[in-house]
Amino acid sequence: MYRYDEFDAAFVHERVAQFSDQVSRRVAGEMTEEEFRPHRLMNGLYLQLHAYMLRVAIPYGTLNGRQMRRLGRIARVYDKGFGHFTTRQNIQYNWPALKDIPAILAELAEVEMHAIQTSGNCIRNVTADHFSGAARDEVADPRPYAEILRQWSSIHPEFSFLPRKFKIAVSGAAHDRAAIRVHDIGLEVRRNEAGEIGFRVLVGGGQGRTPMLAREVNAFVPEKDLLAYVDAIMRVYNLYGRRDNKYKARIKILVHETGIDELKRQIEAEFAAIKGGVLTLPADEVARIEAYFAPPVLAEKPATSAAFEAARAADRDFDRFARVNLHPHKVPGYTSLTISLKPVGGIPGDASADQMDVVAELAERYGFDEVRVSHEQNLVLPHLALDDVHAVWSVLKENGLATANAGLVTDIIACPGLDYCALANARSIPVASRISERLGDPDRQEAIGPLSIKISGCINACGHHHVGHIGILGVDKKGVEMYQLTLGGSPDETAAIGEIVGPGFDSDQIVDAVETVVDTYMRLRASPDETFLAAYRRVGEAPFKEALYGA
Amino acid sequence: MPQIVTANDLISGDVVFRTADGAWARDVNAAGVLADKAGAEAAHAAALADVKAAVVVDVALIDVTAADGKVVPVKLRERIRAFGPTVKADYRADLKPYVA
Ligand code: HEM
Ligand code: SF4
Repeated sequence: MYRYDEFDAAFVHERVAQFSDQVSRRVAGEMTEEEFRPHRLMNGLYLQLHAYMLRVAIPYGTLNGRQMRRLGRIARVYDKGFGHFTTRQNIQYNWPALKDIPAILAELAEVEMHAIQTSGNCIRNVTADHFSGAARDEVADPRPYAEILRQWSSIHPEFSFLPRKFKIAVSGAAHDRAAIRVHDIGLEVRRNEAGEIGFRVLVGGGQGRTPMLAREVNAFVPEKDLLAYVDAIMRVYNLYGRRDNKYKARIKILVHETGIDELKRQIEAEFAAIKGGVLTLPADEVARIEAYFAPPVLAEKPATSAAFEAARAADRDFDRFARVNLHPHKVPGYTSLTISLKPVGGIPGDASADQMDVVAELAERYGFDEVRVSHEQNLVLPHLALDDVHAVWSVLKENGLATANAGLVTDIIACPGLDYCALANARSIPVASRISERLGDPDRQEAIGPLSIKISGCINACGHHHVGHIGILGVDKKGVEMYQLTLGGSPDETAAIGEIVGPGFDSDQIVDAVETVVDTYMRLRASPDETFLAAYRRVGEAPFKEALYGA
Repeated sequence: MPQIVTANDLISGDVVFRTADGAWARDVNAAGVLADKAGAEAAHAAALADVKAAVVVDVALIDVTAADGKVVPVKLRERIRAFGPTVKADYRADLKPYVA
């Protein structure tokens, strides 16, 4: 379980006091907006279309029941009774008043949370797989390494003024659930033939207006050299990354312009110079951090549960939920359960204060006091005995949280878009709701199988549309919302950037267009086992293009 | 095209509109509709004084249509600001439904 240590505690309390003072001065008119803005942004406070928006970090998406309950309390007391979980493993409150922000931050600090967005051109919060510490296919829990990187980078003066912001993601398994290929640095934990832990290192991925996939620079960096190797990458980036143009400043552009082979040579040369020096990770430091993330002690159980199987046989809805929303756990007799925040027709990522309380309660009662926030905008109970799944599901069902659609076509990622975001060109959420209503029939969804739709309201790509199997990008065409469709994107180990299939669609046509793509896939797939992505890769865009635009 | 002055209230963050007598209202229909450029510029300048005085932030002049006491911003973005998000959500009864 992630615990922030004394360093963080002191820092956060200092920050809350400081920002509270700044808020009072701003409210009293002693500070102008220009003076105040950088301070509020540093504390996760934005001014959006309708109101202020507070973004609260959830490091590694890991929460306990007490923290989740507190998020619910903040939603109830200071907001309109709900919160919005985002693709960055954050929660956003859309309606807090400026005068309440100090109280909210103080309430967060009480449960060891904060809204300090490591914003600016520094190394941002490191992200990791939401099934970390639980997934059966995991080599090792990636979070300790993410935390080591966070601690190292947040006190590193040299990395506070990079050419641009810098994002690192760590996956603990070869199957990539952390989208490491669209991060500036992606790390995959792996073992070498001797069984030692190390990292495959990828560099230069990103989304936004110039989407690119990260390229491998080293297939195996030993655990002890992690910081030295990342440091070598940062040095090369700091030296050669472009500072003249904000749109060309990310490391992806450097990789593109320098070429991966030359860049690799530079990185390896830097690495050779600092390897074995002060940045070498001591094993006891790794062990100390690992202890923060120690998994719960799970009593040995048979791999199957009679109670679970009986409940599945007795209830069709439960059986479907069990088929769709459970993920294999490394300990026999346990599972990880996805709580979908994508009710058919609803708002992706939204949870009410009462729902947050329910999840907190379930985590405490059955889930070893752990909840995760996934970048797919869902919640996860990572450790759950199969014996308890039916009881958990029953409570979820009573509270509108038992939608069986994890990874299916209505498990849509959508950014806030023009309904909330000041930068948006078009709405995202209503498009998501309408698509989900159109395709939401449970049998139809299951027949369609794994298919991800991702929607962004502008080119900043907060909704990850570039890596959606079906991606939707909202644009503004002379004051009218238009939607561009991309196909074939993927965020995992087979990562790909989606290709624009043709001219955009207006708001009335976009749902039909998506349905046409889905129906075309259903018609041409080789078998029900051939997923949308596999079929697309086999046949290319031509049949979809034809179905959408005619021959 | 007629215009109105909009901003966000500093303390609550709420979307507000400048009335004819220089107050700030949450109801777009209460906005002082500015028929000509000179009037719009004067109202905008007065609104900027309220930014200085820490009453509101993010002041803007926006185009509207005004008829029968109903003021409707022209741009979708501004209609969403005036009437609330267009998302379907039953538990947010206090958000006015969006009307085009
Ligand atoms: C509503 C207020 C928001 C604002 C003003 C905002 C702004 C931005 C901007 C300007 C960028 C582009 C930065 C760049 O490419 O250099 C960005 C990227 C991103 N945002 Fe947001 N965002 C908002 C909300 C969200 C939400 C709700 C999510 C999650 C659902 C999110 C997730 C992301 C992600 C993942 C990226 C990275 C894309 C990349 O890899 O380049 N953002 N955001
Ligand atoms: S993609 Fe654009 S519209 Fe959507 S949240 Fe990001 S900045 Fe706003």
